[in-house]
Amino acid sequence: MCTSIVEIVEADGAGKGGDGWFALTHSVVSYDHPHHALFDDAITIDFVNRSLGAEARAAVELSLDSAKALSDALQKAIAAAEEEERALSGRT
Amino acid sequence: MAYEGMIAETVSINGDKNEPISAYVARPLGPGPFPGVVLIHHAPGWDEFYREATRKFAHHGYAAVSHNLYHRAGEGKSDDIAAKVRAEGGVPDAQVIGDTEGAVAWLRAQPYHNSKVGVIGSCSGGRQAFLYACHTKSIDAVVELWGGRVVMSEEELTDKQPKAPIEFTKDLSCPLLGIFGNEDRSPTPEQVDQHEAELKKQDKDYEFHRYDGAGHGFFYYDRPMYRIEQALDGWQKVFAFFQKHIAE
Repeated sequence: MCTSIVEIVEADGAGKGGDGWFALTHSVVSYDHPHHALFDDAITIDFVNRSLGAEARAAVELSLDSAKALSDALQKAIAAAEEEERALSGRT
Repeated sequence: MAYEGMIAETVSINGDKNEPISAYVARPLGPGPFPGVVLIHHAPGWDEFYREATRKFAHHGYAAVSHNLYHRAGEGKSDDIAAKVRAEGGVPDAQVIGDTEGAVAWLRAQPYHNSKVGVIGSCSGGRQAFLYACHTKSIDAVVELWGGRVVMSEEELTDKQPKAPIEFTKDLSCPLLGIFGNEDRSPTPEQVDQHEAELKKQDKDYEFHRYDGAGHGFFYYDRPMYRIEQALDGWQKVFAFFQKHIAE
């Protein structure tokens, strides 16, 4: 399959690639041919820094089910974190 | 036993707008003349599979060149470069056409070349091979391996890919071989039907082979999509087609 499914968002944080840690500029999520995972297609997530070279990339290739589970986990963790932040700001 | 040998190396060629781009060349040793094949790499990049496919053509007596459509994304591992290009929305169709015209011109200038050129590509490269063959009169045959998005919806069109390749069918300038898996989802069997109907309508010289039990990318022996029976038959079809149109 040759898809054009790509979602790109800005990212503030750090990722660890082959050469160590680097600052992030973007997260890129796509559904296409994986390079390594043994699926026909995969959700691939690349955490990159566009101002550095192409090797400034932390990459994962996930099955669709694994990606859904990750998405659920992210939403739960984010909801809990926001609750925590609200509680902390209420105390100050 | 007859002596057999080949040379395989990277070279710099003039791509679109005469910008230098890298290319991988493989050919049999000796003076030739050898028929020429230009390989258009797939979306996963200018990678090991394409190096091996280039040498495979040399093994079969062709002078083959695989140009790097992602050259402008910089140096690096092929998967990192492919990820960078994907994040940039791919490469522009017009640039791919210019780069491929450059690869064909480079091949034609070589003293060992027999004056005929075929172009082959898979996946996005299959789409680009067909697209290029509709924009040139410089080649003698084209092979499209499961070209996804030859048929495109309005929503899929972008500044870099502003028009669906199928719309250029009337300008196809040489015989076409198309190879597809019936379980593919891009192109779907229905899209391959549309592609074929347009070729018929425009009275083009083409042959399509559509395999049951295979989906996308079934030549890729290092991926789970590999289908040995269909891949072996498909390669035979490719070599028979090039033998007929550029080697005889």
